[in-house]
Amino acid sequence: MGNAQDLRGETLAEMLASRGIGRRSLLKFAIAMATSLALPPAIAPLMAANLAKAKRRSVIWLSFQECTGCVETLLRATSPTIDQLIFDFISLDYQEVLMAAAGASAEKSLRDAIAANTGEYLLAIDGSIPTRDSGVYSLTGGRSNLAMLEDIARDAKAILAIGTCAAFGGIPKAFPNPTGAVGVEDLVSDKLIVNIPGCPPVPEVLSGVLAYFISFGRLPDLDARKRPLAYFGATIHDQCYRRAFYDQGKFAKTFDDEGARQGWCLFELGCKGPTTHNACASLRWNNGTSFPIQSGHGCIGCSQPDFWDAGSFYTSLAGGVATGWRNAGIAAAVGLAGGAAAALTARSKTPRPPKDKP
Amino acid sequence: MTLLEIARGPAWQASVLIFIAGIAWRLAGLALLRRQRQFAAPRHGLPARMAGGARTMLTRFIPRRAFWPGIGVSVMLSATFHVGLGLIVFGGAPHILVIHQYTGLSWPGLPKGVIVLVSGVTLASMIALLIRRITHPVLRLLSSADDYLSWLLVFLPVLTGILLSGETVAAYDHLLALHILSFDLMLIWLPFGKLMHAGLVFAGRGLMGMKFSRKGAAT
Repeated sequence: MGNAQDLRGETLAEMLASRGIGRRSLLKFAIAMATSLALPPAIAPLMAANLAKAKRRSVIWLSFQECTGCVETLLRATSPTIDQLIFDFISLDYQEVLMAAAGASAEKSLRDAIAANTGEYLLAIDGSIPTRDSGVYSLTGGRSNLAMLEDIARDAKAILAIGTCAAFGGIPKAFPNPTGAVGVEDLVSDKLIVNIPGCPPVPEVLSGVLAYFISFGRLPDLDARKRPLAYFGATIHDQCYRRAFYDQGKFAKTFDDEGARQGWCLFELGCKGPTTHNACASLRWNNGTSFPIQSGHGCIGCSQPDFWDAGSFYTSLAGGVATGWRNAGIAAAVGLAGGAAAALTARSKTPRPPKDKP
Repeated sequence: MTLLEIARGPAWQASVLIFIAGIAWRLAGLALLRRQRQFAAPRHGLPARMAGGARTMLTRFIPRRAFWPGIGVSVMLSATFHVGLGLIVFGGAPHILVIHQYTGLSWPGLPKGVIVLVSGVTLASMIALLIRRITHPVLRLLSSADDYLSWLLVFLPVLTGILLSGETVAAYDHLLALHILSFDLMLIWLPFGKLMHAGLVFAGRGLMGMKFSRKGAAT
């Protein structure tokens, strides 16, 4: 971010060349991105050519009601990768966790970025937005997240809602939701929004979306929940390497039984893979090393809306969300009262049988 | 909110509450039925009457020999699909998980392949019984909307269950949602229609057997 102004006129090819990375590496990256985006292989050269010609694009990143886990995940890496260079290539003009500026100078850089890129900047958001009591529960520089979103989203070209909190409200929205937290799409209806949910989201998904945007000047196809279809079109279950055990009916019953040691399906231990749309099972984490199911724990469905309120992580999908004994008692009382009233009404309309023997 | 979230959340909760209220409604109505006065002296004492009631619970499973030629096939088909339903509900691993979730009770499930096979046989026997009901003039005359609705609401969970096990016609979450929703519908209707026999069949037979025994009739 520090040398953002210096790079503003430079193309990606020039910037990569200055770092000793040639066209072949860019083509490899384009092939990987095209594959992960489910694009035909033939499009990779075009994608690489477009990437090479592309100019820096301003990104303003706002962190709202969040834990910084999304930023940590997306920006931490064991070694510099071309993905990171893509992040370097975008002009990340405002990011509170990473930027050196603070206080009034930070606010000035935000205003400058908006003024210089009106209608063109990408607005990235992590964290939910508290709405109760005028959004007083999360402030930045004395301004509520709610007011900042309304103000800054107005001139954005598109909005990237990064992480489940920004996409769907996430854990802050979980019952009893004391701050009235909501996701971006609950507040912004007139902008193109891309949801990249996950707690945290898979970093390569953000790389892919940015690469697509830089390459083609538009955002990738989205599903009904505004998630990139290429990454969220299939469930974890569909891509899971333990799927064969599910089909064979081989399930681990506890976390340390023979089935667990054999790597059998974790469905009965509460795995939410069958209902969770994400790319964890295909892209995996930590440079493709593993993902939760591979580590022996079921998917908790963290990229799905309201995952925190969808029952126990350790209750299988077979069961529904319990209604509670109090409600069951009320239902029984209502039923008894209604049944008794109906029966007594019916009795009053039928003649009594004779009392004496005939 | 997705269809599955609706099915597992509000729809499931609403159907369970309606089911509980409906069962309470039916039981209250039965408890407050005006009792028929018995003017004749009982032929047998209470222990013998209770034995008669218990006997009737079992003897009604098998029709009298004279009736076999006319209804034997229907009885066998009916027994097949009832046994099949029992195996599916109490032998299917996901169903045992649901029961375990609400009661803490658990037992080993049957292999998935067995449940799929049983589901297929159950569906086939239900279709055969429906055809017989539609084509048999007396049965058709005796049948009401309740019969057809009850058949449908039992058929749908079995059908969606067998589709869910194969995951071929749609995604798992969609099929699971349809399966749960179809069961929700059955749960809602169960207390109010003929499906209530699932809970009252033995009580009804027992009371009738006791009444017959009191009169000295064969049970």
